[in-house]
Amino acid sequence: MFPINETMGQYSELFMLLAAGTYTVAFIAFAWDLARSSKSLKAIDLKAAAAGASADTSAKVPVAAGASAGAATPRPAGSGGGRLSGPADRAERPSSYASSANGAGQTADDSMRYGERRAPARVAVALTVLGAAIHAAAVLTRAVGAGRVPWGNMYEFLTTGAFVAAAVFLVVLIRRDLRFLGTFVVGLVVIMLVAASVAFWTPVGHLVPALQSYWLIIHVSIAVLSSALFTLTFAMSALQLVQSHRQRTIAAGGADKLGFMRLVPSALSLENLSYRINAIAFIGWTFTLMFGAIWAEKAWGRFWGWDTKEVWTFVIWVVYAGYLHARATRGWTGTRAAWLSIVGYLCVVFNFTIVNQFFNGLHSYSGL
Amino acid sequence: MSERVKSTEKSPAEDAPQPGPVQKDAATKDAVKAAKAGAALPSLGVVGMFRWAWTQLTSMRTALFLLLLLAVAAVPGSLFPQRPANPSVVTQYIKDHPDYGKLLDSVQLYDVYSSAWFSAIYILLFISLIGCVVPRAIAHYKAMRSQPPRTPKRLSRLPEYGTLVVPADAGIPASDAIEDAAALLKKRGYRVDVRHDDGARPSLGAERGFLREVGNLVFHTSLIGVLVSVAVGGLFGYSGQRILVEGDTFVNTLVGYDQFTPGTNFQSGQLQPYSIQLDKFQATFDRESQGKFGQPIDFTADVTTKENPGAPAKKEVLKVNDPVTLGGTSIYLTGNGYAPVVTVRDGKGNVAMQGPVVAKLQGENYYSSVVIKVPDAKPDQLGFAGFFLPTAFVTEQGISFSGDPDLINPQLSLNSYYGDLGLDKGAPQNVFELDVKGLKELNSRKAEAGGITLAPGNTYTLPEGKGSITFDGVKKYVGVDIHHNPGQLSALIFALLAVAGLIVSLYVNRRRVWVRTGTHEDGRTMVEYGLLARGEDHRLAGEAATLRSLLAGKWNLDADNPETAPSNSSPAGSPEPKKDQ
Ligand code: HEM
Repeated sequence: MFPINETMGQYSELFMLLAAGTYTVAFIAFAWDLARSSKSLKAIDLKAAAAGASADTSAKVPVAAGASAGAATPRPAGSGGGRLSGPADRAERPSSYASSANGAGQTADDSMRYGERRAPARVAVALTVLGAAIHAAAVLTRAVGAGRVPWGNMYEFLTTGAFVAAAVFLVVLIRRDLRFLGTFVVGLVVIMLVAASVAFWTPVGHLVPALQSYWLIIHVSIAVLSSALFTLTFAMSALQLVQSHRQRTIAAGGADKLGFMRLVPSALSLENLSYRINAIAFIGWTFTLMFGAIWAEKAWGRFWGWDTKEVWTFVIWVVYAGYLHARATRGWTGTRAAWLSIVGYLCVVFNFTIVNQFFNGLHSYSGL
Repeated sequence: MSERVKSTEKSPAEDAPQPGPVQKDAATKDAVKAAKAGAALPSLGVVGMFRWAWTQLTSMRTALFLLLLLAVAAVPGSLFPQRPANPSVVTQYIKDHPDYGKLLDSVQLYDVYSSAWFSAIYILLFISLIGCVVPRAIAHYKAMRSQPPRTPKRLSRLPEYGTLVVPADAGIPASDAIEDAAALLKKRGYRVDVRHDDGARPSLGAERGFLREVGNLVFHTSLIGVLVSVAVGGLFGYSGQRILVEGDTFVNTLVGYDQFTPGTNFQSGQLQPYSIQLDKFQATFDRESQGKFGQPIDFTADVTTKENPGAPAKKEVLKVNDPVTLGGTSIYLTGNGYAPVVTVRDGKGNVAMQGPVVAKLQGENYYSSVVIKVPDAKPDQLGFAGFFLPTAFVTEQGISFSGDPDLINPQLSLNSYYGDLGLDKGAPQNVFELDVKGLKELNSRKAEAGGITLAPGNTYTLPEGKGSITFDGVKKYVGVDIHHNPGQLSALIFALLAVAGLIVSLYVNRRRVWVRTGTHEDGRTMVEYGLLARGEDHRLAGEAATLRSLLAGKWNLDADNPETAPSNSSPAGSPEPKKDQ
């Protein structure tokens, strides 16, 4: 057992504060990006409308996005599946007709590759990277101060979990332009850091014997990682619902009241990407469940005992299994699947907050 | 599921992505089929009813519904106390909620996971699962043995489509080109079938990714395996608890347990008579950090074990998260505390009781309750109840508490009683509780003589010549859980299989490729190819690009050059040119 180093613990808290501050600025930058892009897109729209009146239908609207111009009428479904392959009934859904009915382009196109340069978004990402670097230092000094992995109580779950959420977001950003999720993810990270410092502050210390096991390292790290991925898909599913509502409205000839949603890819591409992330997270959660059971066997002599924490881990697993099934069930793809993804995430949050604090069970030592 | 099975029977043309019309086609076909069946069987009848019910039960929609229902049904088990985990809490809960406590009991909300309704849901789910897996396995077995489906007439309708042109002077006729493509696809793990029967326009069909379906089947079958393993554990396993004070020995026989829970099919002959003796128990507390001062950081029990009465003794260490395995069981360190050692003399001056008394944890810093029953005391039986504090402090209000978990200032404070303890009536009694109803009080804070407060080594003489009590010292005790679960290993194996199957089924892509070649009037060899995914596949476009560049490489063409695509032979209805990645 390593000795406790309280000075390191204090450094860690300082870094946490600095990280939270940096993230807050990043959050503002992300919000600014949303506001600004939505304005500039509107301007492009107006120009396009003027051009469209005079030019023929094949006139290209000068936007970076991949959505084809003049697609106010749905494309024939057969050509809609270029990159978006999937179960056969996918293209039948109204959302995919509507996916190209955006009129104007989006800042993030359907493939979620990077397009046009957006200065505020770049600043926001840079700030997030800086915040994450400081945050990493905070988590690391905490680990050194306590002489063990930094996930042994609520304070540490929150601070480390927030770091993983930010890091996962940044890693996904390398491959895909998900900057439209920035306000959500960074906002959540700030909330987690604040909650940790205000409500759950715990000084550095040793672990109680029940937590002294290498299974803590394996089980909790995978759980935190999966939860971070579920966080991303939650945001995407929520946006998917809004987007598909908006697309339906537009397709039905209604007015576009949610202009800022232009920044967001089509409902179908949101659904497809969140499915892929959910698939990874579900495998992670399956491991969480299994390793938890193995640990329970090591610690308490039974691998499953319907302890409250176990119940909720199971419920989450079953809900996401339902989500994966929904994606292969006719009539359940799209909006309903998105709802399942959201319900699953609410269960994750419930499991972490309410169950940890208010439910008695063998896991209650997780420590306030 | 039934949707899936049907889709394997579909011809490739129907698989092509023309969702609107195709779906309708399939629907009409089903309707026709149903109509035919209806003609043969005018009324549904018993068999028809059964078949209908079976189709419903094994449909994907039902599986989804049952899954979600299972999730919902599991929740109440976390809201209400559960009998298997803690029966006394349930009893208390019913007492505390007279208005609805009994009602909840009548709908098995205190036994959620063995309740009729919970069982019904998961049994239905697993029947549905079997109904899913078996036909699907058969269909997949057939699919694996059959040739890739025939080449669709219009490859251009497939989600990924492309063309290549080999110049006439390259000397690669259509028949060679198709063999080249076949060799290349075989190398990439496709199963390939070349069709020369189209004469001038040879083609090939290729398919890969059968493991995807195998993975899915392994996953679902393994879930059944996990369930069966758990059931086996419940039938043949057992578990029990025992408290061991330093020096005590536990022998694995039914009488050796303080509490024993046999599985449904348990036989006492299953118990191997091993023994385990607690030599020493050591608890270490945090003395370093300010915030967590006094928090336990290590529990270690030194034990001596014997496989059976005649076997040689073995020294072992028992820790939290580190059980000792013995005689097919595992022994877990689940609790610990202090056991003050006392000597009680009765009114006649004889030693009526001597030894450690297990103190039950009540609050922080090992603040524990103590009950001492002395049925052998004469002329009157004696009883004591009170508290043990390892580090005693008393507030100004006279409330005592324990300031530290270690034995810094151990203190025993007791009330005493005499009379009939009621132990001879044969009714089982809780050793941790003293029923003072029929007893006369000798010592208490309210009594004339006051309460008894003892430090180690002290003796207190009871009033009215009833005897005396001596606090000799303090030992430690541990609580151990003993478990035997024969289903454990197979549950683990099935769980691992399930994960492996899951990963394979989510990450192996099932794809079909068709290639057709032909010779243009001017001697060029025209090649067209199309790709189709079965199920989720976001990398289909990538695969198409790879195939294109591999083919182009083989024939020394420039894959990126649009010139290699024939300008005049583009079939009608071909998709708009693809944006590349
Ligand atoms: C015990 C309950 C069940 C659980 C936990 C479960 C879980 C899952 C999971 C996680 C997947 C996605 C991974 C994969 O494709 O292998 C899946 C897929 C699938 N399950 Fe289940 N399942 C259950 C019961 C059933 C039942 C009863 C059926 C049949 C009606 C069924 C049919 C399918 C099918 C057809 C797929 C493939 C979907 C696709 O191709 O995307 N499952 N299941």
